[in-house]
Amino acid sequence: MSETLPASGLLASSWLLIALPLAGAAVLLLGGRRTDRWGHLLGTATVVAAFVVGLLCTVQLAGLEQRSVDVDLFTFLQTGSLDVRAGLLFDPLSAVFVLLITGVGALIHVYSIGYMAHDPARRRFFAYLNLFVAAMLLLVLGDNYVALYVGWEGVGLASYLLIAFWYTRPAAATAAKKAFIMNRVGDVGLALAIFLMFAQLGTVSYAGVFGSVGLLAGGTVTAIGLLLLLGACGKSGQFPLQAWLPDAMEGPTPVSALIHAATMVTAGVYLIARSAPIFDATPAARTVVLVIGALTLMIGAIAGCAYDDIKKVLAYSTVSQIGYMFLAVGLGPVGYAAGIAHLLSHGFFKAGLFLGAGSVMHAMDDETDMRRFGALAGKVPVTFATFGLGYLALIGFPFLSGYYTKDAIIEAAFDRGGVSGWLLGGVAVLGAGLTAFYMTRLMLMTFFGRARWRDGAHPHESPPVMTAPMVLLAVGSVAAGFLLVQVFPLADWLAPVFGEPEEAAHVVAPLTIGVVLTLVMLLGAAAAWLFVGRREVPVTAPARVSPVVRAARNALYADTVNESLFMRPGMWLTRALVFVDNRGVDGVVNGAAAALGGSSSRLGRAQTGFVRSYALGMLGGAVILAGALVAVTAG
Amino acid sequence: MSTFPLLLALIVVPAAGAAAVAALPRGRDRLAKQVALAISLLVLLLAVLATVAFDTGGPRFQLTSSVTWIADFGVSFALGVDGIALVMLLLIGVLVPVVLLASWDDPLPAHRSMRSYLAWLLLLEAMMVGVFAATDVFLFYVFFEAMLVPMYFLIGSFGGPRRQYAAMKFFLYSLLGGLVMLASVIGLYVVSNSQLGQGTFAFDALRQLDIDPGVQKLLFLGFFIAFAIKAPLVPFHTWLPDAGAEAPIGGAVLLVGVLDKVGTFGFLRYCLPLFPDASRDLAPWVLVLAVAGVLYAALLAMGQSDMKRLVSYTSIAHFGFIALGIFAFTTEGATGAVLYMVNHGISTGLLFLVVGMLIARGGSRHIRDYGGIATKAPLLAGVFLLAGLASLSLPGTNNFASELLVLIGSFPTRPVFTILATTGIILAALYILLWYQRTMHGPPRGVLMADDPAGDGTPAPDPGGAGATAVAVAPARSRTLRVQDLSGREIAVVAPLVALIIGLGVYPQPLIDLVRPAVQATMDDVGSDPGGITPSTTDAGTEGTN
Repeated sequence: MSETLPASGLLASSWLLIALPLAGAAVLLLGGRRTDRWGHLLGTATVVAAFVVGLLCTVQLAGLEQRSVDVDLFTFLQTGSLDVRAGLLFDPLSAVFVLLITGVGALIHVYSIGYMAHDPARRRFFAYLNLFVAAMLLLVLGDNYVALYVGWEGVGLASYLLIAFWYTRPAAATAAKKAFIMNRVGDVGLALAIFLMFAQLGTVSYAGVFGSVGLLAGGTVTAIGLLLLLGACGKSGQFPLQAWLPDAMEGPTPVSALIHAATMVTAGVYLIARSAPIFDATPAARTVVLVIGALTLMIGAIAGCAYDDIKKVLAYSTVSQIGYMFLAVGLGPVGYAAGIAHLLSHGFFKAGLFLGAGSVMHAMDDETDMRRFGALAGKVPVTFATFGLGYLALIGFPFLSGYYTKDAIIEAAFDRGGVSGWLLGGVAVLGAGLTAFYMTRLMLMTFFGRARWRDGAHPHESPPVMTAPMVLLAVGSVAAGFLLVQVFPLADWLAPVFGEPEEAAHVVAPLTIGVVLTLVMLLGAAAAWLFVGRREVPVTAPARVSPVVRAARNALYADTVNESLFMRPGMWLTRALVFVDNRGVDGVVNGAAAALGGSSSRLGRAQTGFVRSYALGMLGGAVILAGALVAVTAG
Repeated sequence: MSTFPLLLALIVVPAAGAAAVAALPRGRDRLAKQVALAISLLVLLLAVLATVAFDTGGPRFQLTSSVTWIADFGVSFALGVDGIALVMLLLIGVLVPVVLLASWDDPLPAHRSMRSYLAWLLLLEAMMVGVFAATDVFLFYVFFEAMLVPMYFLIGSFGGPRRQYAAMKFFLYSLLGGLVMLASVIGLYVVSNSQLGQGTFAFDALRQLDIDPGVQKLLFLGFFIAFAIKAPLVPFHTWLPDAGAEAPIGGAVLLVGVLDKVGTFGFLRYCLPLFPDASRDLAPWVLVLAVAGVLYAALLAMGQSDMKRLVSYTSIAHFGFIALGIFAFTTEGATGAVLYMVNHGISTGLLFLVVGMLIARGGSRHIRDYGGIATKAPLLAGVFLLAGLASLSLPGTNNFASELLVLIGSFPTRPVFTILATTGIILAALYILLWYQRTMHGPPRGVLMADDPAGDGTPAPDPGGAGATAVAVAPARSRTLRVQDLSGREIAVVAPLVALIIGLGVYPQPLIDLVRPAVQATMDDVGSDPGGITPSTTDAGTEGTN
């Protein structure tokens, strides 16, 4: 861990990164209808400006000897021995996230200008998007856990507002609430982790906590790690808190691309990577991270195979890919950079895929059922081309982004050695096969085969304001992996944060893994072709299916479990308590009152009695008081 | 420091204003409203002046004045504020004008005049200032009881359909609490008489007493029960949902926002410093009540259909957090508790006001009669959401700082209680967002549909609150929503509270600086660790991993 220095130059103004989009949100929300005509342009401009500031800051950081600077803004909370400062930390890790958030964010803002063009509430949409960018930047820039928590819940609010953007749809309103609540379950973990840090170390700043984490007992570190992990699972849609993410697709598609694919849902990975000194000290918590990652990557992949809704397939794919990232950061020092690299390349191709899906929906009157697509390749050529590149990047087609970054994770998993290494590596390889299967299925059902459109569908290509961001993201999808792994190794850039990358002793030769992965990928794609490419796709999903398919269609019954374990018992408990409180607790009191004053109904009707009895009470009190005072003074 | 008796003026001005408003001739309601608003703004100005005159580095009690009242029994009319009392005066100063402006067009029950309503509100303000500014325990008791009278009439005369029942319940509970406290007040006098050779009620003198632990427990209980009824802790809480539901909105805001805080204020001012041993011995029991309240009241809030009852239950849950912060005996936790008292007054005040605005439009207090309001009244929905988010302590709103301080401050000394209370943040999100979704989201429906006065068998059977008489059965013609967004007056009502919620959410430190010396002094009295931290050798908290 390198020294952190006070910021100078432009870096000292890195608070602008947060202030710009925040000001945009404030103007759009307070300005009201006056800003309707140009609100979307302002909203986009603030994020583009933030990207420029972020880029310049990163350039300045790269030129520094010590690549870690702190910007101390003001005292947030200071009392007793607690001292929480509003401060920012700009280091290689936060720089990477700043560029991802503002870069992809700016592209998605541009895309939204076209996508939301006909929505009467477009201004409100851009206000919320700006709010999200500001909160997300605070999350990754804060120099202490409380600042992170503020951003953490801030993005949760933005996510809530944007999922519920079309709030007259009950499904959207419910999905938004579900997302917020499940996130809050995770937030309890994060909050308790922060409390525990303060109780044990007396500080909540990164520098303070990481500097003295070695003083803690092993069990305490593990507890902190597991609590942080609970928070990460909530935000990143990992098992057992994954069920909200697919529902979040009720939000407008640019939201799905930015928040529920590229940035916010990866905050859990950021949290674990940022807390590396804590997780480095607790192998037990790291093992749990690994298990959660492996489990979730399989859950997401299996569910992704069974859904017919294009956005839900992509959502489960996100769940699964973040599982890979958890797996990576759970591996410890060898995996952090790999996890972040996959996070970045995923940010590109998944955002691109979602924007492509939005473009397809745009062309098909907001249809999301892939059984109603088909034969769209020629109708929306740009979308098809960019989506296709994102698809190839995701399934790990050789030399595209996913190939490099997923490969690195799987290599690192095998390098762990022993049974666990083979198990984790095996799961990751299997997941890659399933990824190829569900994505190929999606491609075939959407762009190929026979047109199964609803009556009146006239697919058309989206306007340039939408396709241009898709093209740029497609370029990123193709090149990011190569650049991040081969040309400018991310591991070197992040070395000040995670330490110098070491040359690992390979258990399985990287070439072997590359070849095996490619074969597995081709196998998955071929299987998809056998199922949906070779034969006619029915417009309604087959009802008579095996229990395995049924389980996959229900996302392995996560919602069912949540409902029967928490929601319904909770409702019963609430009802019972309301009854108890009205009849029991209150009844006892009313009964006592009735015993004193006759019948409770009579008391209820009595209207003039109170003042008299009150006066009587006061009088009685005064008499007692006077008597006592006299007795005491006399005695 | 000026010699102008600011605190006395803070009591006299609203009291005289109440008399003046009451004395206005019949039919001059408009003038009465203007006078009352001017008086309340003057009080706010005085409170601000008091804050300016207050020196955080100075002695604990400032702006003091003392006049011998009943010399034979050592009773003085002694006033003075520490930082904690001062922020409560500021809260009163802010809330009363807001409440007056909010009540501007309230339809009142038959045969009730706006003049008397305003007079009671101003008298209540005077009494509330007195209760926080008293530094003589007997004087405190007098204000504590006197404060009931205006509130009793506000609920009983100007409230909803069940106002008589609610007012009686409020009164009976308070009376009971007041009587037990009186016994303890006398007890204190007796002890002071025997120890000092001369009985006194002066807080600073009583604080020096060295009371036998057994006696301490008895005296503590007298005060504690009175305060636990006032800032209701489970199971002393059942009066509040009725009172909160039946009180007119303005009364409800002051009841939950300020008057109930006398209870938590009392814990800090009287229970901890006067009875430190008893406080420490009995703290676990208090914490059981506090945390039970956090969870129990939150679950009950979720189950309410009446919006005003719902807000009352959320307040009971919040009072649990405050009590936790106080009885954890750490500077951080107690600072959080004091901040919570102020912030809860602001955010719950706003929540009650928005509910009042909703009821004024729909004529029903029931959630099921509303739906899809956000479509037609986005501003109303937005303010509602902000108040709700503050209530669930979202970062960026004022309540976050207080709740974080309470929890992070209580964790080192009381990890298990804190872990349990922390799960309350999930419940808070549930009761707010469920409610928000049902009323604001979804397609428009409910009593606000012009052609659907009866709804699906829900003709607002129990319309209440101030808006009860505003219901007009509309002719069955169109299916448009006839709800209006916020008016200019309503925007003026919510704007100061919205600004405070966000301002204190982003930058709470000035408030902390104001209260810190008094909190520190209280913690010293009760004997907490100076730093507030007791690094435990064991793995406290490992049990809370999931």
